[in-house]
Amino acid sequence: MESYERLSTNQILDAHWGVMTDGDPTGFCSHTLSILVNDFPGVLNVVTGVFSRRGYNIQSLAVGPAEKQSTSRSTIVVPGTDESIAKLVHQLYKLIDVHEVHDLTHLPFAARELMIIKVAVNATARRDILDIARIMGAQPVDVSDHTVTLQLTGDIDKMVRLQRTLEHYGICEVARTGRIALLRESGVDSKYLRGFSIPL
Amino acid sequence: MATTPTTAAGTAALTGATPKARHAAALPRHVAAAGRRADSVRCSAVSPAAPTPAPPATPLRPWGPSEPRKGADILVESLERCGVSDLFAYPGGASMEIHQALTRSPTITNHLFRHEQGEAFAASGYARASGRVGVCVATSGPGATNLVSALADALLDSVPMVAITGQVPRRMIGTDAFQETPIVEVTRSITKHNYLVLDVDDIPRVVQEAFFLASSGRPGPVLVDIPKDIQQQMAVPIWDTPMSLPGYIARLPKPPATELLEQVLRLVGESRRPVLYVGGGCAASGEELRRFVELTGIPVTTTLMGLGNFPSDDPLSLRMLGMHGTVYANYAVDKADLLLAFGVRFDDRVTGKIEAFASRSKIVHIDIDPAEIGKNKQPHVSICADVKLALQGMNALLQGSTPKKTFDFGSWHNELDQQKKEFPLGYKTFDEEIQPQYAIQVLDELTKGEAIIATGVGQHQMWAAQYYTYKRPRQWLSSAGLGAMGFGLPAAAGAAVANPGVTVVDIDGDGSFLMNIQELAMIRIENLPVKVLVLNNQHLGMVVQWEDRFYKANRAHTYLGNPENENEIYPDFVTIAKGFNIPAVRVTKKSDVHAAIKKMLETPGPYLLDVIVPHQEHVLPMIPSGGAFKDMILDGDGRTVY
Repeated sequence: MESYERLSTNQILDAHWGVMTDGDPTGFCSHTLSILVNDFPGVLNVVTGVFSRRGYNIQSLAVGPAEKQSTSRSTIVVPGTDESIAKLVHQLYKLIDVHEVHDLTHLPFAARELMIIKVAVNATARRDILDIARIMGAQPVDVSDHTVTLQLTGDIDKMVRLQRTLEHYGICEVARTGRIALLRESGVDSKYLRGFSIPL
Repeated sequence: MATTPTTAAGTAALTGATPKARHAAALPRHVAAAGRRADSVRCSAVSPAAPTPAPPATPLRPWGPSEPRKGADILVESLERCGVSDLFAYPGGASMEIHQALTRSPTITNHLFRHEQGEAFAASGYARASGRVGVCVATSGPGATNLVSALADALLDSVPMVAITGQVPRRMIGTDAFQETPIVEVTRSITKHNYLVLDVDDIPRVVQEAFFLASSGRPGPVLVDIPKDIQQQMAVPIWDTPMSLPGYIARLPKPPATELLEQVLRLVGESRRPVLYVGGGCAASGEELRRFVELTGIPVTTTLMGLGNFPSDDPLSLRMLGMHGTVYANYAVDKADLLLAFGVRFDDRVTGKIEAFASRSKIVHIDIDPAEIGKNKQPHVSICADVKLALQGMNALLQGSTPKKTFDFGSWHNELDQQKKEFPLGYKTFDEEIQPQYAIQVLDELTKGEAIIATGVGQHQMWAAQYYTYKRPRQWLSSAGLGAMGFGLPAAAGAAVANPGVTVVDIDGDGSFLMNIQELAMIRIENLPVKVLVLNNQHLGMVVQWEDRFYKANRAHTYLGNPENENEIYPDFVTIAKGFNIPAVRVTKKSDVHAAIKKMLETPGPYLLDVIVPHQEHVLPMIPSGGAFKDMILDGDGRTVY
């Protein structure tokens, strides 16, 4: 009789994804892939089609024009083990329109995201929110009598920090772009330069 | 960078081909196609050294090289430039222009099947039997969606195929127009690549790219979707537009490094019990494989796709391995200390429990697709290259080595011969009942193992794989990866088109045969020598076998006859064949089988033989899915209760 292996549970998109779980025994973590493709209508569908066909989940996706004309760079965050991501990279290389695929996860890379976050706050507590924003490096972009909207650019740790701090004020809406990342040519991994680590 | 050295031969055939006078009756071509049969197709753009000049105006095509003509004519001319001589097209509103253009082609013959699925399986059978790219054309909407099964089958079995579909005019795309389907979206994950042509000037380049992609690297199906207004648009084609596939061409595998080949030969020298595990990837390397086995003496087992790549009647052949493979083949792989995996993908039907498969051996994996290496089973030595080049390299090293390397696997051969004696392929016989395995053995004897065999899917497919001797590559045509029922008859017809004059036998089951029975019309009208041998057990045999073994014989919609009258054979294939004007005979007694098959083979043209067999037969041996060699089932059938 055929037995089906249990599908690995998908991590839902929340503030805490993307943090490398050091010490996860299976090596299962979020991998950042940078894919250079030809730019034409439908190329995104082609690339994401491979992910869904082979059973991989996409946690975040960002596409934009690359340095060479009529090419696009797509940065995709996929959870998986090193082995399963290596297999995925092989499948991506089978696509005719793909130029390069890089798994940046274990290399020093600079990653940024943009987040706009709308917090529920009345006029009296507004001063606190704006102080927090200034300390965390977020800029206010909108204000009303019952909300404040902040914008923050940075890497995943900054996003997590701000969202956690504002959680107890009451977050109305969060809009996040996908992660974009490029390899650090200097070879310096700034992750390990920070003075503190974020516990889950 | 082309992977095979036949480019020069391909262009020579292209420049040498002269337009032939159009015959009034569309008879299948004989001598003309025979010379080009063995060459793989290459477009002129692939080797830019010899570009073919644009031909002058002819009565059929009254336009000069720099005068405009319809997009459909540009398409047909591009197909001619890619060496297409036969294609399989079914007309429709959105592909009418292409059919009109085909009537103006002096060299391309269309073979009209009666269902797009039939024509697409025929293109697959044509490609499998000849090594050339199979071309099928369908209209938009339902015509295109009927190609889906065959495209998926071609992708899983790596068959070179180009499917051209009509599409609604560009301005109507996305508006739910009449007979519109987004076929490029639908077939994205079941084709190697696909195109939606949005500019008539792209047609020459796209067609060249489609043929190149279909036939290079790991072959696969490519779909080209052409909107009707582009087919009707007048334009002047620029024939030498170069292909633009930089990434793909750069990633095509290079010839294998000599160090790696030497490493493999070193492993062979150190091993005591090596086995060659050969699959569909060796279809073009029959000669090289035979020479390799001659030089090394390594026993060979093939997968379902690889049948015929090494002759089954050779003493070193272990026949098929896997779920329904022979005991000795599975024994050999289980006990081997070196597994040479050439052109295979470690499919689950072969490996069973992957951890237990070839657990005692070092694995050498040679495959042209880098994604397959390490996908299911991690090899110890892997070479990503064309297995033909690898075998040629290894043969050269073996022949050139001084002192001459001799391998002695005598005790291993004796061990395997012992297993062959102890566990041969066999079946129980009962009185006058015709055992399906017996019918296939008689066919093997009467055709001397030379006929091209196509099958449907199910028990009859497994018996055809086990009991017929396959002596050369491209003799066995079967839907292995997808397992699509209804494959047999159209694929046999496609193979008959590719090999004029050669007898093709479709060993089919009653379920599979009924799925594309309409193609009896095609084989009659074109008078192809396709013999249909239906092993009729009135049931969906393979599912019945699983019901017997694992579901306590609970029949769940697997009876294909008439439940009101189980004594009569339903449907009456003999009467249906007579309706198609095809001679047909039914045999029910074992003593009649030999004469009936002899008559079938001697009657020219199409023929149907309905062989009534018991439904209690099981395909044996069997390793249940997810099982290992030790779980092999050797006996039993539907007459016992499990």
